[in-house]
Amino acid sequence: MSLATFELPEPREGALRRLSDVLTRHTRLLTLLLLVPPLLWLGLVYLGSLFVFLGQSIFSIDEFSGTIVREPTTATLLELFRPANYDIVLRTVGIATAVTLLCALIAFPIAYYAARYAGPKVKAAFYLAVMMPLWSSYLVKVYGWKLLLAKEGAIGWFADRLGLGGALEAWLDLPLVGGPSLSVSYTGMVLTFTYLWLPFMILPVQAALERVPPHLIEAAGDLGASPGLVFRTVILPLAMPGVVAGAIFTFSLTLGDYIVPQIIGTSALVLGQAVYTLQGTAGNIPLAAAFSLVPILVMAVFLTVAKRTGAFDAL
Amino acid sequence: MTRAPLSLKIAALGGLAFLHVPLLFILLYCFTTEEKSYAFPPPGFTLKWFGVVWERADIWAAVGLSLKVAALATVIALVLGTLAAGALARARFFGREPVSLLFVLPIALPGIVTGIALRQAFGMMEIPFSVFTIVLGHATFCIVVVYNNAVARLRRLSPSLIEASMDLGADAFQTFRLVVLPNIGTALLAGGMLAFALSFDEVIVTTFTAGQQSTLPIWMLSELIRPRQRPVTNVVAVLVILVTFLPILAAYYLTREGEAVAGSGK
Repeated sequence: MSLATFELPEPREGALRRLSDVLTRHTRLLTLLLLVPPLLWLGLVYLGSLFVFLGQSIFSIDEFSGTIVREPTTATLLELFRPANYDIVLRTVGIATAVTLLCALIAFPIAYYAARYAGPKVKAAFYLAVMMPLWSSYLVKVYGWKLLLAKEGAIGWFADRLGLGGALEAWLDLPLVGGPSLSVSYTGMVLTFTYLWLPFMILPVQAALERVPPHLIEAAGDLGASPGLVFRTVILPLAMPGVVAGAIFTFSLTLGDYIVPQIIGTSALVLGQAVYTLQGTAGNIPLAAAFSLVPILVMAVFLTVAKRTGAFDAL
Repeated sequence: MTRAPLSLKIAALGGLAFLHVPLLFILLYCFTTEEKSYAFPPPGFTLKWFGVVWERADIWAAVGLSLKVAALATVIALVLGTLAAGALARARFFGREPVSLLFVLPIALPGIVTGIALRQAFGMMEIPFSVFTIVLGHATFCIVVVYNNAVARLRRLSPSLIEASMDLGADAFQTFRLVVLPNIGTALLAGGMLAFALSFDEVIVTTFTAGQQSTLPIWMLSELIRPRQRPVTNVVAVLVILVTFLPILAAYYLTREGEAVAGSGK
């Protein structure tokens, strides 16, 4: 029996080879060299501009000349607690909470069906059906809702045909959620946000549900639990990390958005719009920076809590 | 497997319908004869808006700029994202966690914060707005998409393949070109296409880094705030859906087939 032999080319000689040897022997040097370009970009350019901008929140603005006073002060940060500004924060957090709850409510059945009942083919179809809207154009999606919600638009027409025109009117007459038409109400704004971020909720919830061990459900059933009880005491608690993971997206994306409220919604400002007007027409960069800190802080708190629930494993 | 309760089926299908019906309405309104409102049902149907779009130079200039920006941002993201993935896929070192957090930060923070921060930095360094400033903003958040795809694939790539290549006499560069690159190729392609779609669609950061230039999303935003010929916006929206649909579908199939990477079972 003869051994198979390979004709291997001679190893290369020269500078490249020597460089290669150095890099192979010193893997830490290799890691470092690989990291330098992306770190220069993100660490220096991006993080640098971020710190310079956010750092200006400790400056204030001269009320008469409109120029930035470069002396450290807490005055600008304290301005956030003035009732008008505080309302903006509360309003935005309220909208984000409503959007998150609605997303969870609509996402759960989709994720549950895909994770527990769908065969491989249906599951792939579900996945694509969720990914397509996720990746399609943000503005196109907002535009779709502008069409639907307009006073003369499709939702109003269908409501009339189905005899629900009165119900829609009654809803729009309600104090907080209503307005002259759906396209200038909180209802319209929350619906649009829910539509935009729904896929971000479906995917982690489905991932969490798929990890629920089937034998746990069988065991609960064998021990006499009704399907409803199994759902409440076994499936739902195990799916919660997925819901929290999805909420990280829906909540933070709503907190920072200023385009949807500009196109669909009331004239009352939300956080993103406040930052936008402050840095633009008002030219008050320090207060804009202070406002920008709010969503970052809210999300930091949210993430700390989320980490405890194990949401990061569901991402 | 037991069958799903009817109520669950209805809720799941209803949810999926909720995700897709608004896009169908955009298609419907491409053909309406009404250009001043969103009246439903459309009073009449016409194909003339496709012709109008074809002749509008401002739209095609915006499309051109968007394509150019997306292409450049994707190239930068591919290079930097792959480097980052190569460094972080297997290495364990002090500061690894903060570094990987840094790569995710641009999509984790609200776009408006990134946008204003970059605008301020450009202003301070007296850099005038140009294609370059838009590309810089986009590449910042496109890196993470490439990074995520590449790092997932690199972790599945068996280290013994690399060792075998080196044992057989290949140096690090040959190993990268002949062993690593073919194995992560489809992941990079998928990441690149997602980055392209993300950049092509970006509006928030662009608002702050574009100056007077108009990318396609900026053009659309101005039409949404001050509508002129409404069906024209619909035709453009449908074109955008088509342009982003194909790369995303392709990216999906590329990453799925990539499950069978050599040595991934180990």
